[in-house]
Amino acid sequence: MVLSERWLKRSVFLLCLAPLGWLLAQALLGGLGANPIEAIIRFLGDWALRLLLLTLAATPLRLLTGWTWPVRLRRLLGLFSFGYAVLHLLVYTALDQFFAWAAIWEDIVERPFITTGMLAWLLLLPLALSSNHASMRRLGRRWKQLHRLIYPAAVLAVIHFTLMVKADLREPLLYGAILTGLLGLRFIRR
Amino acid sequence: MRRHHPSEIRPSEITPEAVYRERRRFLGLAAAAGGALLLPPALQATPRRFGPLPRSPLSTNEPVNSYKDITTYNNFYELGTGKDDPARNAGRLKTAPWSVAIDGEVERPGTYALEDLLKPHALEERIYRLRCVEAWSMVIPWVGFPLGDLLKRFQPTSRAKYVAFTTLHDPENLPGQRRSVLQWPYVEGLRMDEAMHPLTILAVGLYGEVLPGQNGAPLRLVVPWKYGFKSIKSIVRISLTEQMPPTAWNRAAPQEYGFYANVNPAVDHPRWSQKRERRIGEFLKRETLPFNGYAAQVASLYSGMDLTRWY
Repeated sequence: MVLSERWLKRSVFLLCLAPLGWLLAQALLGGLGANPIEAIIRFLGDWALRLLLLTLAATPLRLLTGWTWPVRLRRLLGLFSFGYAVLHLLVYTALDQFFAWAAIWEDIVERPFITTGMLAWLLLLPLALSSNHASMRRLGRRWKQLHRLIYPAAVLAVIHFTLMVKADLREPLLYGAILTGLLGLRFIRR
Repeated sequence: MRRHHPSEIRPSEITPEAVYRERRRFLGLAAAAGGALLLPPALQATPRRFGPLPRSPLSTNEPVNSYKDITTYNNFYELGTGKDDPARNAGRLKTAPWSVAIDGEVERPGTYALEDLLKPHALEERIYRLRCVEAWSMVIPWVGFPLGDLLKRFQPTSRAKYVAFTTLHDPENLPGQRRSVLQWPYVEGLRMDEAMHPLTILAVGLYGEVLPGQNGAPLRLVVPWKYGFKSIKSIVRISLTEQMPPTAWNRAAPQEYGFYANVNPAVDHPRWSQKRERRIGEFLKRETLPFNGYAAQVASLYSGMDLTRWY
């Protein structure tokens, strides 16, 4: 049992790395198109959001099926989501803006889609930092309260995507519908 | 008007940039043409290359973007909203036969076959900067002729104040038009003086070849000092009007896209700063120039206008 759980986590760990591997391969093969920086930022943002939604799927899955293994993968998925979000922000800062801090600040303050994205990232930061056992012990009941920040972070992430899109809202609305479903399913137990 | 601003427009170089940058592709084309000679005449495709074209002195001498970049990174929502969708779906756009209606405030309205419409015009190469409202830009070697020359042929009346353009509406074939992402068909417009300006062209090709579908075949507008969405693609109707015509993106989001849509680093779009742009193929962003670097030629069209209000 212990062994199989270890292998489950290892497999999921590798699966979570797969998008990054694909991205690196595409970058080396020149498969990222005419605007590679934009393609990289979009790709990393997409995976940060997908993994965030997968993290939020653990509890509804347990409620629906009684399985407990998704909950045990939650921290791994959440940390990978944050990892992709960190890369997303880093590529925006370093490659897209090339550390033009004034321009970055203007983006954060004046463009609602950047503001919401930045807020979502800031809400995830303390969750990633307190994801270890030591923090859980130290924070006690407050740990769980703190980690409810994932809900506003996910909502902000979907709004961030929606505000970025010019006209074709299908993709962000699909993520919005999934998020609504995942949040709604939490109420079925009562 | 100063047509030969030394820092912007220089005479063409000895080897056309297009030939130099795309030499490998031309070798491939030459090989393909050789192969085509072996086919029976009925199977030969219509010639896709124009003959030798004079380069307009209004061309920029900046390095042009690759044919691949120009034809695989497109905004043409009729063929899909992803940047690579138009190239993938270009075959759905049927460009032959093609006719264009010219109507409204003209003495000689009518519907004309594309060949007849183009016949009197001498084509030339115009290498222009294109600045998208999404803060990226390219340099594109268009093949075309001045819109003004065409409009004059149909004799606009004294009441013609604007020119309205309409894209093909063909939801059966154009996948993007089956969903109301924008109100179809796509429409655009210019003020009469903008339409008659020598920089404003109708394009039928790029890189010396017939326009591919994803770039707005067979006939599109190119207005290099305005954001790319003004340069309407696959035109089927040109109407001269007394009233300012509606434009597709303005109708979709009036607070984001104005009628004029002149490239202006001083007026930000709500989603993007317009101060800088990424030239496709370059790493560092560059400063965006007023009127996309064509201020010397066109700024006078807007003297006295508040460009913050008339964005």
